[in-house]
Amino acid sequence: MRAALTLAALGAVLCGALGASAQEPDPTPRPPISGYDYMARATQELQDDDFVNPGFFAIDRGRRLWSEPAGASGAACADCHGAEGEGLVGAAARLPAVDPQTGALMNLEGHINDCRESRMNAEPYVYESEDLLALTAYVSHLSRGVPVAVAVDGPAAPFFEQGRALFFERRGQLDLSCTQCHDARAGQMLRGDRISQGHVNGFPIYRLKWFAMGSRHRMFEWCNTSLRAEPFAPGSPEYLALELYVAWRGNGLPIETPAVRR
Amino acid sequence: MPEPLTAEPGNPERGRLVVRDLGAASCLICHAMPIPEEPDHGDIGPPLHGVGARFTPAELRQRLVDPKAIDPDTVMPSYYQLEGLRDVLGRFVGRTIYTAQQIEDVVAYLATLTEDP
Ligand code: HEC
Ligand code: HEC
Repeated sequence: MRAALTLAALGAVLCGALGASAQEPDPTPRPPISGYDYMARATQELQDDDFVNPGFFAIDRGRRLWSEPAGASGAACADCHGAEGEGLVGAAARLPAVDPQTGALMNLEGHINDCRESRMNAEPYVYESEDLLALTAYVSHLSRGVPVAVAVDGPAAPFFEQGRALFFERRGQLDLSCTQCHDARAGQMLRGDRISQGHVNGFPIYRLKWFAMGSRHRMFEWCNTSLRAEPFAPGSPEYLALELYVAWRGNGLPIETPAVRR
Repeated sequence: MPEPLTAEPGNPERGRLVVRDLGAASCLICHAMPIPEEPDHGDIGPPLHGVGARFTPAELRQRLVDPKAIDPDTVMPSYYQLEGLRDVLGRFVGRTIYTAQQIEDVVAYLATLTEDP
């Protein structure tokens, strides 16, 4: 009787172990904690006060561009999405998402450029240009406080899997993966940086190290090149898929744009 | 790894300078070390005070050359290893993090760290 019970218990343990090896346990920290909580008080204070937060220079520029007619159409963003952006409140929290028309994964930058090209007959902005950062910051700021809620099922599932694979892949001369720092070692010090969970709810961020705003993809590029790995191009399919995975890790975190980071 | 990588013996003063070069994947990124003139030591790995008493030079050399031979899952980079890397940034392709002489110099420096903090 006792032996039978023990065997049954052992069987359960073995099955559990096999189950675990077939499907890697998800190391994502739950609940997610914003990068804000890992910053020094002085950096948090810069973010907290809209009048000193340097990200607001970009937002002001974005607000101006919002209502400026552009391209051959002579239309402005405001003509379609509302003078105060009311039509796009919450949009930044749901992106990236698969575009039902084309089946492509699109982030906010992609949507802005798509509107310019196909609806305004205007040149697309260069990724990381001051104007694209400004509009991205303005539109993201409209969602400040809205919880991130990206969908990763249905048509998004293959992109999600691609992004997940990139997050776990060891790359570069230092041979490290995103998960090794941002899942396993959040809170620890990498020289002067306290490693956060690597969420994107504050982007575009004003990064003190850069003296400038930067997009989500610029941050991926920075982390990749710090590992002495060849980065992907901003706006590339790889970084879009990675952005979807990284945004999903932070589902539930409020949008904080414009965040200030070290 | 008992055999030194170079004919020239490691020089501990040079090793200390190698480790302080923050552009060169410094150990300080992850470890606290008795180098008070540099701020912001990391705490990803254990402090290296006293490692010279805990490890032989042969063990230290193994640690630097390829710590993955000890633990494949370690986050500590292999400082003298080209195998198994992918997508290395252009200017580092085909180059190890430290040269053979730098490894020997750092091993010689670590061997002098015999006191706990
Ligand atoms: C060796 C450690 C390390 C690795 C590996 C790493 N990062 Fe980072 N990452 C950092 C540090 C340090 C910072 C700056 C401090 C912070 O905000 O976490 C950072 C910041 C970030 C941020 C900004 C977080 C915020 O709140 O603003 C994101 C997003 C991010 N990383 C994503 C990634 C992705 C994606 C990868 C893989 C391609 C990656 N990181 C790989 C160390 C790393
Ligand atoms: C990206 C992080 C990282 C870097 C950079 C790094 N290490 Fe490490 N090191 C670790 C970790 C983590 C450990 C703990 C054991 C393990 O996981 O392998 C460790 C362990 C060690 C140990 C064994 C210490 C003990 O008491 O067990 C030595 C010695 C060491 N490292 C030396 C160095 C030296 C010298 C350098 C630079 C040339 C360096 N490390 C660079 C992360 C790092």
